[in-house]
Amino acid sequence: MGFTPNLQVFCCHYTSQQACAEGREGLSADGFPANATINRLVCGGKLQVSALLEAFEKGADGVCVIACPPDECHNLMGSQRAARRVLAVQKALAELGTEVGRIEMFHLERGFHPEFVRVTREMNEKITKLGPSPFKGEQS
Amino acid sequence: MIIAERKPVNEIVEMVRDAERVLVLGCRGCVSVCSAGGEREVELLCSLIRLGKQKAGQPGEVRGATLVRQCDKEYVDEIDQWQGEYDAIVSMACGVGVNFIANLRPLDRVYPAVNTTFFGGSAEQGVWSEQCAGCGDCVLHLTGGLCPVARCAKSLMNGPCGGSVDGRCEIHPEVLCIWQAIHDRLSRFELREDLARVVPIRDWRPAGHGGPRRTVRDDLTV
Repeated sequence: MGFTPNLQVFCCHYTSQQACAEGREGLSADGFPANATINRLVCGGKLQVSALLEAFEKGADGVCVIACPPDECHNLMGSQRAARRVLAVQKALAELGTEVGRIEMFHLERGFHPEFVRVTREMNEKITKLGPSPFKGEQS
Repeated sequence: MIIAERKPVNEIVEMVRDAERVLVLGCRGCVSVCSAGGEREVELLCSLIRLGKQKAGQPGEVRGATLVRQCDKEYVDEIDQWQGEYDAIVSMACGVGVNFIANLRPLDRVYPAVNTTFFGGSAEQGVWSEQCAGCGDCVLHLTGGLCPVARCAKSLMNGPCGGSVDGRCEIHPEVLCIWQAIHDRLSRFELREDLARVVPIRDWRPAGHGGPRRTVRDDLTV
């Protein structure tokens, strides 16, 4: 039986502007994975490690974080902070003996929609290959 | 403050593998300030233990709480409010907190979530450095306020070893040669002659080499 991952996408207001303007139907037409859920943040700096861990607790197989290029964050350091928090979760996943690639950070130009769709698709393919999250226990 | 670092999650999960109900207990003292065991870290560790247990197929309920301190009986006694609701306590306090819970609660299983590392201060955001060794016989009045016991890699008491380069320690180049710093600082106050004084061989008993230490203040014991 095929596996469709639960992919959670955390993205900042700016990188997701065009994606959100497209709406769900528009996104699907562009190839955005139907199994990916967008969690929009005011800024990457708002992202907390606890929110990322909670996503895995609630059944995410993979987490994709998208924010502005490190030196182009609208709020100066937000994108760099998001990247540090993703690294903290990757470290925790390694400690737990889980593939660190289940969470990835992407720095994209603001509102550049094709790239937003592309990295989400890439992440979706990668998580599909990795299979269900080991944190799901018997549910997987 | 006392500096601590969280232990690897898999070690902690292994400690509580048999406990179905885990209480993760933070401390609002030093470990909160050094971001090792305060409220935020409790929230994260609860999540991590839950994930670890889920991965290991261990059923369990993990909840968190934070005490004002874990090194005072009156605060440790607050654990009573959760009596019967946990099988094991994971303390995010320093080693003092873990010991106090073990001392005061003979029927509770308690495990450490952090490694207690040193007495230090915040050098910059996210970086802490050792400043004091708690050696029990302070010599800071002789060394311009800079501690050779804690901050010299060799804990030398009578000047530098001679191996420093450009004011940096030969063992840890990222660290100042504290004897160079002591020399420079005393020179600034025209007290360089004080360095000619020979410090005798040190009695390390106050540093803990004579067994567990204890302080009694008679004026406070009644």
